[in-house]
Amino acid sequence: MTTVTQTIKHRQISEISPARKLFMGIVELIIGVLIYVLFAAKLAPELMTTFNMTPGGIDVGTLADWVLPSRITLIIFAVICVGIGAFQIVKGFGRATNGLVGLCGLLLVFGFLVWQASGKSLNLSGMLSSAVLLAVPITLAAFSGILAERSGTINIAIEGMMLMSCMFAALVGSLTKSAAIGLLGGVLSAVALAMLHAVLCIKYKINQTVSGTVINIFSAGMTAFISQKFLQKYQNLNAPPMLTRIPIPLLSRIPFIGPILFNQNLFVYLMLLTLIILQVALFSTRWGLRLRSVGEHPKAADTLGIDVIRTRYVGMLLSGVVAGIAGAFFTLGSVGRFDEGMTAGKGFIGLAAMIFGNWYPIGALGAGLLFGFADAIGSKLSLLGSTIPPQFMGMAPYLITMIVLAGFIGKGQAPAAEGKPYEKE
Amino acid sequence: MSEAQAEKKDLGQAILKEINPPPEEEAHKKSFWKAISIPALAILTGLLIGAVMIAATSNTVWAAFGQSIWKGFGRAFVEIGAAYQALFTGAIGDPVRIVRALGSGDAREIRSALNPFLESLVQSTPYIFTGLAVAVGFRSGLFNIGVEGQLFIGAAAATYVGYAITGLPGIIHMPLALLAGALGGAFWAFIPGFLKAKTGGHEVINTIMMNWIAFRLTEWLLSGPMSRPGSGGMPLSPLIQKSAEIPQFFQAPIRFHLGFIIALAVAWLINWLLFKTTWGLNLRTVGTNPRAAKYAGLSTTKSIITAMLISGALAGTAGAVQILAVNRSMALGLSSGYGFDSIALALIGNNTPLGVILASLLFGTLRNGATRMMVVSAIPIDIVDVIQAIILMFVAAPAIIRAIYHLKKPKKEEATIFLSGWGGK
Repeated sequence: MTTVTQTIKHRQISEISPARKLFMGIVELIIGVLIYVLFAAKLAPELMTTFNMTPGGIDVGTLADWVLPSRITLIIFAVICVGIGAFQIVKGFGRATNGLVGLCGLLLVFGFLVWQASGKSLNLSGMLSSAVLLAVPITLAAFSGILAERSGTINIAIEGMMLMSCMFAALVGSLTKSAAIGLLGGVLSAVALAMLHAVLCIKYKINQTVSGTVINIFSAGMTAFISQKFLQKYQNLNAPPMLTRIPIPLLSRIPFIGPILFNQNLFVYLMLLTLIILQVALFSTRWGLRLRSVGEHPKAADTLGIDVIRTRYVGMLLSGVVAGIAGAFFTLGSVGRFDEGMTAGKGFIGLAAMIFGNWYPIGALGAGLLFGFADAIGSKLSLLGSTIPPQFMGMAPYLITMIVLAGFIGKGQAPAAEGKPYEKE
Repeated sequence: MSEAQAEKKDLGQAILKEINPPPEEEAHKKSFWKAISIPALAILTGLLIGAVMIAATSNTVWAAFGQSIWKGFGRAFVEIGAAYQALFTGAIGDPVRIVRALGSGDAREIRSALNPFLESLVQSTPYIFTGLAVAVGFRSGLFNIGVEGQLFIGAAAATYVGYAITGLPGIIHMPLALLAGALGGAFWAFIPGFLKAKTGGHEVINTIMMNWIAFRLTEWLLSGPMSRPGSGGMPLSPLIQKSAEIPQFFQAPIRFHLGFIIALAVAWLINWLLFKTTWGLNLRTVGTNPRAAKYAGLSTTKSIITAMLISGALAGTAGAVQILAVNRSMALGLSSGYGFDSIALALIGNNTPLGVILASLLFGTLRNGATRMMVVSAIPIDIVDVIQAIILMFVAAPAIIRAIYHLKKPKKEEATIFLSGWGGK
């Protein structure tokens, strides 16, 4: 096992270079200045921002409203960011650098909300609650991507698998009048596509991105075809029962966090559960080590007697299962019916979240929550009567992804052997 | 030492091979039927699977199967025959009517009898441009999935120049609007190209992100700064000036236009650039053998950026032609997924301009015919997507086709596209 452990050991955070140290400091300084100039400077000093801390319609785990003086809060945020930036340039934070950049980013976003809601009230808790819900398909798609890519297969077909599962969940759920069987049907359809992808990539060794594109086009066409042929004609085929909110005893009573995380529908819990399982299975079991070794250095893994081909099939299979859950979320956990193209690129954003999270489940969850948060802000802003077009807020996740990918925040490390078919010699 | 030397020798040979390619014409002629057999069989199989879909989703076929197996098969053949006949007459025209029109010698009658065929050419036009866009990318080792977004930006730029500038003669205005479209697309592709060359951010994710940004941006443009007065908040642009229109050859409803001729000319130009110039050879060397290219002293950075610029300009032109010649104003439903279908086109056409033209004609014809099939046999047009996906799958994995039809394996390995994972290296 020594070779395998060695190849995996090199995936460690490297030292922060002086150039990056300076760059990050400048970014933090700019954020501080932006908070002051854009948000704080033009506000009247007497304005207050009210944040409601309990989502509407929930009576456990309540918390009193939070009232902040808008201008002073923003000035404090700006000072914090400038302080962090100055210290970063002069001394540097070492390994905490990325975390502190993240903190400044968070202050920027929060400052934006304080500014937008100044003189009004904003249901912060409701917004976070919907952000969690919006994050579910993205995060699950990212987990699906992690399972495939950690075992060495690029899965760009997640979008297609999700769309297929989305439709089959609606169809099977309506036919059997059971959301659980609907979920199973959706997952099975996604697994079928995953197996097709696996056969094309692993057995026939075709380019993995091309294979993924095949599945995406196929899914878009097939779901639209079936939808027009059947679901739109017979409405009772497109009315699956939905999974309702299940408050978890005790946990849902925790103020603030309870209603956001533990008073949601099954899919949110499935997301959290998948996170834990994935984290443990990938990084604390022998099975996980083998899976990762196949994605990093298949030849070494093969030498040690690991069945590379089989492991890759298993990785794709599990990737399909998770993508299926992500797709079923739309029909069973969110909307309650199937519409053509309703996954709307969430599978691709999930891939971005996976890269953002550096192929780690916990990182993918963070990225997914961030993207969900950006979505939630976009829809809330129009309610607040903001002058910023909602489309611009909608662009934020994509822009963040590109910035991350360009390595401005830190370079990710993809599994070394992904995208390459394995040839036994 | 000896191993390193052997490797060096191999590289030298690889460079020599690239610089002095074997006489292509001769090899080309011999393998013409071999080259055409896989796509032809792929198309045939795609249509057969489409036929199965038509029969399997028809109520009357199932009802006939309820009576007896033979009646079921009979009914299935009748249904498939009716559907594909509609597909044919919708795409090419009704042969009886064409013959009769030719006999009568009435110019107007001939034109309207040939209209389905001319309309197929209209439908093929955007495919030619987008297919070329993807092919240029593939040739230089880039997977440009962002054609759809580049098409939208190009269309928006052409629309703006088309309606906002007044008082120009057509001979200047129309080319100017086309140029704006090309520049818009090129700019949109430049960003991921630059990021790929300078930071290693993978173009697949970046172009997908750029797609979504483009959709949001055009949605905002069309409902804000570029909206048509009195459109009531619908995302719709004003009509372009008469002087910016690309002329249609015949009276309405025949839409056959100059854009098709421009597309053929551009395809010829791209063919010349790729295969007859040193520049094209360098580009292809970077695409097929990046290591040899590096040893030969070719700049990958320059190659990536120019390839993306050209690819984007082609995609932008596709959008511009569609606006200036057919739609005459811009709405969000501008594209029926040209950008994604074009990936299939480029691969089916083996990334050569002639191949792309043939594949585009096929796809345009299919889509045009499917419109009539939808009217006559109530078969959703999306079946075309499914058939396209299947064709693409078979073309990408010729081994499956060979297995189905018991073809012999070719002696020479098929050229594969060089694409890496998106870790950025």
